[in-house]
Amino acid sequence: MAKANGIRSGKKLSVFDTVVFLILVAGALIMVFPLVYMVACSFMTKNQILSAEFSVIPDPWQFGMYSEVLHRGEFIRGIRNTLLVAAPVLVVGGFTSSLAAFSFAKLRFRGREAMFLALLATMMIPFAVVMIPQYVMFTRMGWTNNLTPLIVPGLFGNVSIIFFLRQNLTSIPTALVEAAKIDGCSYFRIYRSIFLPLMKGALMTQLILWFMGIWNDYLAPTIFIQDDEWFTLQVVIRSFNDQYAVNSNYPLIMAASVIAVIPTLLLFFFFQRYIIESLAISGVKG
Amino acid sequence: MAKGKEKVTLSKVALEEERWGRLFVMPPFVGFCIFMAFPIVFAFVASLSNWTGTNSIFENFVGFKNYIDLLQDERFWKTMGTTIIYMLGIPIGMVLALVTAVAMNRKIPGVKILRTLYYVPVVSSLVAVAILWAWVFNFDYGLLNIIIKALTGMKGPNWLGDEFWVKVAMIIFMVWKGLGGSIILYLSGLQSIPRDYYEAATIDGATGWQAFRNITVPLISPVTFYLLITGIIGGFQVFVEVSVMTTNGGTNYSAATVVYYLWDKAFVNRQMGYGSAMAFILAIIIFIVTFINFKGQDKWVKTMD
Repeated sequence: MAKANGIRSGKKLSVFDTVVFLILVAGALIMVFPLVYMVACSFMTKNQILSAEFSVIPDPWQFGMYSEVLHRGEFIRGIRNTLLVAAPVLVVGGFTSSLAAFSFAKLRFRGREAMFLALLATMMIPFAVVMIPQYVMFTRMGWTNNLTPLIVPGLFGNVSIIFFLRQNLTSIPTALVEAAKIDGCSYFRIYRSIFLPLMKGALMTQLILWFMGIWNDYLAPTIFIQDDEWFTLQVVIRSFNDQYAVNSNYPLIMAASVIAVIPTLLLFFFFQRYIIESLAISGVKG
Repeated sequence: MAKGKEKVTLSKVALEEERWGRLFVMPPFVGFCIFMAFPIVFAFVASLSNWTGTNSIFENFVGFKNYIDLLQDERFWKTMGTTIIYMLGIPIGMVLALVTAVAMNRKIPGVKILRTLYYVPVVSSLVAVAILWAWVFNFDYGLLNIIIKALTGMKGPNWLGDEFWVKVAMIIFMVWKGLGGSIILYLSGLQSIPRDYYEAATIDGATGWQAFRNITVPLISPVTFYLLITGIIGGFQVFVEVSVMTTNGGTNYSAATVVYYLWDKAFVNRQMGYGSAMAFILAIIIFIVTFINFKGQDKWVKTMD
């Protein structure tokens, strides 16, 4: 209804545009339908899911799956572990990334371009090349029995964030640095009081994207974490799938998946303007 | 000489700036050395031995044997072939995304909501949606086959069990997962094309198709290039989809990608030297393909100025 009103209140749409609009809506429904189906399945009974009839509306509705999932110790532990990784990485990594971006963009020092290029080159190296040595390194150090392999590398900063923030700072005049220097500001204060506030918005967006990356990460945790006490959420979901697909407990699996998807979806809905803007910048500017 | 020397001598202020500047970039640089540079060198040395991760690299040194074996390893070529077949999803996704973005770029109500809906799969957890689609593709009870049955009366294919259909299924899944991201990039690219280009074309009597073909497609080519590059680099590294949606790489390993095979060798069979050699070949292939793409971009990537 709201959509129909929207059409009427705006300029009149041509027949062609109306057709285009309807096709776009149909496409959007196809895109979202699997996820809607996922939610629907989480409320169905096993019998309904395993009947070969087409049905999307649960009959009867059963709401128990969510509490069953949330009462499983490993599920809550998975969420806890993911948050235990995200918190230090975002705080410390956000700091080191923004500090380095400031330095790369606004301070002059020999070797600056070479160091920056070296960092950029890492974006091209497939994770497959370094994952084997990293795994052995972490095992030798005894890190694979806890979350350190997921936390420590992030503390040193994130190359794509450094790159993005550096681009972001190029539009700000370097004269600001000179002026602050004359006023007797230390370099750290110039970062802290002038440039950090200037890049706050861009940094927040990048940290949200980074959080989504950590939340959804599967490959690194599945390789590096040996002790199931420390499995992150995605690894737990995966093991749920292996465990319950055997006896076709799909409602439970779907409920777990729904919970795993919700946080990133909410973040996206709330911050989509900023997220889309920053994605568009990295894509269009190259 | 004296002149050159003078150039590098910096004033006290500049030296201090240099000191702080270097200090501030130290964390990522140190991280780069520990977690990238060192592992790369290490992986290369390891790739020259029958390393298991626990034995000595040097006592099991075999030279380039792993690389030679790899070139004759049927599984390696098979998984490489599958990886490349999956990349058919890249042009399919591009065309769908461009058409959708062009449609959205017309003055149509609710574009923001539509854009968000198309983007939802991108932000959803890959593991969760892979689990979901494995269920959608289920031979007996899956949503897709139920719909096919309802529409045609025939039983749909064994999506994930059949050596051919599993590839189709994977491509469908990957296109669905990534489409929203490409749409957003195309849409913002389209919005940066000045309207008067189209007005001029209309005055010259160009049809909508001609304008699309001769204005939109060339001017949007930087985005296409970006999607191609990132699509190929990502396409060579597909792993999670295979790992979650199939068991042990599918029937006769038909769904397995190179990185899946690499993972299988290194972490299941503990042939870490062999796995490292595979990783290196993969990195070299990615590098060469990206390099060719960058060389070739002058031919078709246009800029607005």
